[in-house]
Amino acid sequence: MKGNNSSLTGRILKRRREPVSNTNLLMAITVCTFFGMYLVAMIVWGGGFLNPQQFLDLFNNNAYLLIIACGLTMVMISGGIDISGGGITALVTMVCVVYLEDHGGTVMGSLLIALGIGLAFGLVQGILTAYLEIQPFIVTLAGMFFARGMITIVSIAPRTASHEGFLRLKQARITLPGIGYYGKTGNFIPAQIEPGVIVAIAIVIVVAVVLKWTRFGRNLYAVGGNSHSALTLGINVKRTKFFAYLFAGLLSGIGGYVYLLHTGAGDAANAAQAEMQAIASNIIGGTLLTGGVGNVIGTLFGMLSLKTITNIVIASGLTKPYYQSITTGFMLCFFILLQSVILSVREKGSFRLLLPEWLKFGKANNS
Amino acid sequence: MDSLIKKLARSQLVIPLFSLLLIIVFNLVRDVGFFSISIVTNNQGYPVLSGNLISILNGASAVAIMSIGMTLITSCCKGQDISVAAVAAIAGSVFVSVLRSREITIPVLIAAFLYSCLVSVLFSIFNGILVAVFRIQPMIATLILFSAGRSIAYWINGGATPTISNPLLAAVGGFIPGIPIPTPIIIMVIFLILISLVLKFTTLGLFTQVVGINEGTAHLNGINPVVVKLVAFVISGICVATAGCITVCRIGLINHETLLLDAEMDVILAVAIGGTALSGGRFNLYGSVTGAYIIQALTVTLYAMKVPSAAVKAYKAAVIIIIVVLSSPKVKDFIVHIYKKLFKKQENIKIPVKAA
Repeated sequence: MKGNNSSLTGRILKRRREPVSNTNLLMAITVCTFFGMYLVAMIVWGGGFLNPQQFLDLFNNNAYLLIIACGLTMVMISGGIDISGGGITALVTMVCVVYLEDHGGTVMGSLLIALGIGLAFGLVQGILTAYLEIQPFIVTLAGMFFARGMITIVSIAPRTASHEGFLRLKQARITLPGIGYYGKTGNFIPAQIEPGVIVAIAIVIVVAVVLKWTRFGRNLYAVGGNSHSALTLGINVKRTKFFAYLFAGLLSGIGGYVYLLHTGAGDAANAAQAEMQAIASNIIGGTLLTGGVGNVIGTLFGMLSLKTITNIVIASGLTKPYYQSITTGFMLCFFILLQSVILSVREKGSFRLLLPEWLKFGKANNS
Repeated sequence: MDSLIKKLARSQLVIPLFSLLLIIVFNLVRDVGFFSISIVTNNQGYPVLSGNLISILNGASAVAIMSIGMTLITSCCKGQDISVAAVAAIAGSVFVSVLRSREITIPVLIAAFLYSCLVSVLFSIFNGILVAVFRIQPMIATLILFSAGRSIAYWINGGATPTISNPLLAAVGGFIPGIPIPTPIIIMVIFLILISLVLKFTTLGLFTQVVGINEGTAHLNGINPVVVKLVAFVISGICVATAGCITVCRIGLINHETLLLDAEMDVILAVAIGGTALSGGRFNLYGSVTGAYIIQALTVTLYAMKVPSAAVKAYKAAVIIIIVVLSSPKVKDFIVHIYKKLFKKQENIKIPVKAA
């Protein structure tokens, strides 16, 4: 029982309470985990975790990741996978910097280039996966290779943007009224966010609305849940999948520009492993790779949880980078197992079925 | 003739062999001497084979060995193991940490290899349990080790990147004195023969494909999908450990960050090019191995064309997309359709002639 197809039965049997859908349940777990984790961190480590700026820096540093992850959520709900996000992000940063520096470009032009690159990748990957039915993993893997390779063709050395208009945009900060912290000298420093964060939050809201209340969004869940049923219901499966990849590409392009606004440099090593972090955010947020289940709000909290655990590991004195990736691995493991148990219990109604097949078979024979 | 075309269109080996042929022809046209093999004397004073063909066969051996395990996993689990390179780094680290503590002799070398195999198999079984028992998508389940694996490798050697140099290791990674063929090629061939024999004389291959095609049917027919999947992961673990050890021997040091970097992507590509559907089911072991050689041949060709090493990825991606598009069932059907149309037109022309 994937997705929330129980609303109809809920209406017919008025007395019975409508069960929570898988999407909402998994999302609720993630949200609770994040708040619980942050609360514990505030109590145990205090210090930085009590500082609102550190919380906002989670957004400042990872706005691009959030944008890529939003695109990926749509693709994953439709039952596919897109691992080209990090590559496109890095390519966009490099191309935009080179355009701004060497070709006398304008800020508007560079933004258009970013959108164009994203759209082009989304278009090609969408056609190849949706209409030619090639495995999305291979197509987007090739997309990632292509993007990473193109960066060094554009420029081998890392470049830094020094375009005036762009720098003004890059250094723009939005001050949040009323929130802030007291510096060492006792003066009040208001908390600030970067413009990229506004973009990221706007995209999260837009994607959430699209997924919840538009025909395209509902089609995505239908296609991901069961593409054959979706086809018999008259949904254009291929077009739905195509648009999922197209939007994912476009959002990766926007993510690239936000990354550039954050760092101001084009480098082949930019956004390294961003695709895997985006996938991890989605998984922690309760989006299933099998499709049909997921929510972009969950992705937001998945990303926040992923980054908060890293902060906690650093705060507890394990500053070496390998501790961070090991804890990330453990956290993923925990969430994956939790989801597996919960979904299995909800589908089949008992824990017993989680046992290996041979154990289960033995029991069935005995009874 | 018509049935032959249909057979060719359905066969899994056509596209990989065709693309390999294309790369070879391209190279021969570009430079007639590209595949010439010469015998040179290496710095130990033994005659060894040298040339682009040898470097293709030699360079691809690690990816080819790993692609054997990946093919089995892909076939029965309907997904890919993306942690192979990270697990290979762990296996390599274990291998080095055993070798560093003792004087290197042949028994110690074998013991170190077996020990790294054991560790690698244990990690593979961890993946396998997540996939088979907990029914988690392979890509998600192996994402755990993908993100944590290299850190575990770092921890095994205490964060150092030790070098090891010994004539014995040089023999495994390079040439055995007196034999002109690089040892990795020999190991690869032995591995392929062993796996082929196992598949030939046991029902493993059949069971793997059955589980991949329909798990429920397999279960009803008395095949235990959990065991079949775990066996695939164990075999993959051994393959991965071998690939890791060979690579360590070849470069003579263990660097947990760069050992077989991005190899998991190459391995999955090799499987896909080889004609095994990434959604599971029928598999083709020789296709996967051919796929690994195609990727390496492509890389060597691009290097020979003076393409900068970092930019090779872009060209590789373009060629891979072309190969995958050509081998997709939709395009295949389209080509067969076009061919039939042309063929029938000729018949139509012939018929009036006969009637007259």
